[in-house]
Amino acid sequence: MLLEKLSNLDGASGDEAEVRNFIKGKVKNYVTNIEVDPFGNLICFKKGRKKSPIIIIDAHMDEVGFMITGKRQDGTLTFSKVGGINTSVVIAKTLRIGRKKIRGVVGIKPVHLLEKEERKKVPTLKELYIDVGAKSDKELKDIEIGDFAYFDTDFERLSNNVIKGKAFDDRVGCSLLIDIARKEFNFPLYTVFSTQEEIGLRGARVIGNRINADYAIILEGTGAGDFPSRKENARVPFLGKGPTLTVMDRSMIADRELLEIIINIAKREKISYQLKQPGIGGTDAGRIQVSQRGVKCSVIAVPARYIHSPVSLMNTKDYRDTFKLVMAVLRHLGRGR
Amino acid sequence: MKNLIRKLTEVFGPSGLEDEIRRVIKREITGYVSSVKKDPLGNLIAHIKGKGKRIMLAAHMDEIGVVTSFIDKNGFIRFSNVGGFFPIHSLTARILFENGVVGVIGEERRKSMTDPIEMRKLYIDIGAKNRKEAEKLVPVGTFGSYQREFKDLGKRVVAKALDDRIGCAVLVEVIKKLKVKPKFDTYIVFTVQEEVGLKGATTSAFGVDPELAIAVDVTRTGDTPEASKMAVKLGGGAAIKVKDRGIVCSPAIVKKLKNVALKHKIPYQLEILERGTTDATSIQLTKGGVPSGAVSIPSRYIHSSSEMVDINDVEACIKLILKFLKTDFT
Amino acid sequence: MDDLKTLLKKLSEATGVSAMEKDVKDIVKEELAKLKIPFKEDLVGNIVALKKGSRGAGKVMLASHIDEIGLMVTFLDENILRFTTVGGIDERILPGQEVIVYGKRPLKGVIGSIPPHFVSKEKQNKVLSTEELFIDVGLSAKELKRNVETGNFVGLRKNFQELMNERYSGKSLDNRVSVLSLLLLFDELKRINHNWDVYSAFTVQEEITGLGAVSSSYNIQPDVGIAVDVGFGKQSNFPSEYTVELDKGPAIAIGPNLHPGLESSIVQIAKDYEVPYQIVAAPGVTGTDACDIQISRQGIPTILVSIPLLYMHTPCEVVMLKDVKRTARLLSLFISHLSSDMFKGDKYAT
Repeated sequence: MLLEKLSNLDGASGDEAEVRNFIKGKVKNYVTNIEVDPFGNLICFKKGRKKSPIIIIDAHMDEVGFMITGKRQDGTLTFSKVGGINTSVVIAKTLRIGRKKIRGVVGIKPVHLLEKEERKKVPTLKELYIDVGAKSDKELKDIEIGDFAYFDTDFERLSNNVIKGKAFDDRVGCSLLIDIARKEFNFPLYTVFSTQEEIGLRGARVIGNRINADYAIILEGTGAGDFPSRKENARVPFLGKGPTLTVMDRSMIADRELLEIIINIAKREKISYQLKQPGIGGTDAGRIQVSQRGVKCSVIAVPARYIHSPVSLMNTKDYRDTFKLVMAVLRHLGRGR
Repeated sequence: MKNLIRKLTEVFGPSGLEDEIRRVIKREITGYVSSVKKDPLGNLIAHIKGKGKRIMLAAHMDEIGVVTSFIDKNGFIRFSNVGGFFPIHSLTARILFENGVVGVIGEERRKSMTDPIEMRKLYIDIGAKNRKEAEKLVPVGTFGSYQREFKDLGKRVVAKALDDRIGCAVLVEVIKKLKVKPKFDTYIVFTVQEEVGLKGATTSAFGVDPELAIAVDVTRTGDTPEASKMAVKLGGGAAIKVKDRGIVCSPAIVKKLKNVALKHKIPYQLEILERGTTDATSIQLTKGGVPSGAVSIPSRYIHSSSEMVDINDVEACIKLILKFLKTDFT
Repeated sequence: MDDLKTLLKKLSEATGVSAMEKDVKDIVKEELAKLKIPFKEDLVGNIVALKKGSRGAGKVMLASHIDEIGLMVTFLDENILRFTTVGGIDERILPGQEVIVYGKRPLKGVIGSIPPHFVSKEKQNKVLSTEELFIDVGLSAKELKRNVETGNFVGLRKNFQELMNERYSGKSLDNRVSVLSLLLLFDELKRINHNWDVYSAFTVQEEITGLGAVSSSYNIQPDVGIAVDVGFGKQSNFPSEYTVELDKGPAIAIGPNLHPGLESSIVQIAKDYEVPYQIVAAPGVTGTDACDIQISRQGIPTILVSIPLLYMHTPCEVVMLKDVKRTARLLSLFISHLSSDMFKGDKYAT
């Protein structure tokens, strides 16, 4: 399964090569032109019969991860986060480091030997280190400062529709994009695989300057909120309830016209959809929307639980429904006003 | 059934002073059992002869209470807890002392309404004018427990000491209703001093030396407003204990109890108690180990003077134990 | 015997939460059968193996617990599961941890975590209690009701991992690494003459009540007890009191819970045969099977031998197989030299 392979690949903000190369291989026979810009954004162009509308569909290749910051004399490694991760989910996990994917564990002081107050606090990143089994820094020749490190999670299918893996944010978007790139359209379509979204929507800042787009649809993996510990009104989105549409997040207000088109098409095609809780998170849309003279943007996301942690859960039915919806929207937009 | 519960709960018997409750229980069961003995700590051990494995059923006779520690010059009495006596349940409650004197629990002035309630700020007021008068009535070292009458609410009853006089009532009824020979060599033990560290269970188990054991005690419920999330509720049937603070019950016993309940259509629920434990914990660790479990009566407001149980749950527990005793166990 | 790495991987990845140790017991029984050592399972579930000595001069009982810490389902809360801990789980490791729920069938899942976007900065530094956490197996509320119930056991899930320098990381290496050393010990004892009868108790429920040690020592009534467990490995950033180093051999504990005569004897044997060993201070009761063995019946002279282990009670514990081999070697030598002179008379007051 495409998403399985994508989930198992390693690529944090600034280290997306492995993912980019894989995607290039999957789309190259289906697109007119492939470009990689100075940011590493993978910009694929499909020439259409018509000259307009020009549409960007974007998903980001990077996941949240870690970077090695130092090698200590006793053979342990200090590290920092790349992107937003709650330190509590890093504890006692196995990471894989660098090109050689060397395994290490993030150990902590045994709870038995801690004072009572210490037990209640999550250790800070400064207090943590990675142990690869080395006895001294002389044995760390295969690891460099600046190497990236990733959660060592295996993709698995938990049941008929539920899958588990890391980086569904936003490999699910990348997977959808590859599936879309393989279809035919009668208008110019840019399928853009961006970089460095997780550290501040960086790659997206320049995409809008390179392409004069009329519309941009951003495909994301968004945090589902469907567990009982959340308050009733903060529960959305739900797994299994379909593609999630953004009305407003911290990076932008979705184009009302485009959003209405999407909702109407969802209703017409009988695709269940849901609205994301306003005011949370941000996406590439925030940057693309304000590039050049402005671009009408919208975000369509697949809900996933526990994003930005080693183990996310997703419903494959949501994937299929999202693909259906995006394709229907593209066809509609392609027919012109 | 309700009369028996009223009888048992209204008897005075904090840990260490179980004589009266032991007498009451002995009177109830004599004639129904092969033998009744008392051991050095005061446990009441009833034996119903049967072929098969030696089983010990246990319910504790003691209730939580207080013991006086100091009398001030104005006749106000300071005290210590006997077992899990929680200050928060005790404000203005009445205490009955072993000699029949009754007092009220008062509290030192609180600086703010939201200050926590602390044992050391409480005292008992027996209406004495001064130390001399108080000392004559209730000298230091006198034991007491809650004084509150039993009330029948219909489907449910409210009383002090349902923990664990309701367990005792269940076992008394089991004894009376066991018409056929059980498939076990059955020892029913009414234990002492459970509330202060499972003491009676430890010694009686050593003496009885059972091959398996089932404790009968109360457990909490998760069905009151904003309660901790717990699967047990009043009216949900006999609670089969899976785990509590002190024990993970023998999975074989849990399984057998479930099967018996299913087979005889006895309503049951599965219990995990986060805070608290029972006699089963110390029985399990006796000698070469004893596979142990527990059947619990769901109860609200445990360790207050108004504990509440559902009569249907009580009947379900009795039935479950009776059927268990009549089922083969390999 | 299977090669040690394969066997340790099998032992580590098997689930054996206290009171639900069956899968681990099956592995132990299989290995004992291969070693041709007779064994029995007692009333509370301990596996007790016996290799008779040439003269039956005395009884020594080794104890190594086979259970691990885990979780248990307490409440079905719509589409997720509330849980409690079985044994002393370090709550800090729970968010984002993969688990397996033993309902009607084993269900893979994860302990949920709320993404940083939804949590305020102050809250992010607080350790969440088990009441605030939950298990997600990806089923709907209806499906959950059909497959899971209160009381189902939950095991932590972690792949056994090889690191550098023959170090291995995995869950429940506390105490599977000691279980391995006892199996290896039986192999060593085939090549060495011993007068004493050697009992190996693979004990249950050490992590919660010590039931296994209490019952097995009561039943066997050994003359000498040896608890084999794990010791706190020296870690970076952490003061070294009470810790021992990886790759320096087993640690012998000194303190009131351990018999001084026996302790000095095993240290002497280690010196004489040049088996790497370390000493660790144990000022109180050790919190291991040694606690319960020492107070069995009228008292049993007991020692504690610990295999160094890093990150105890987390799913990423780290050990060295070399230390396992050294432990088995030292124990076999000690057993072959056992004599009641080690703990009789004035040796108590050493």
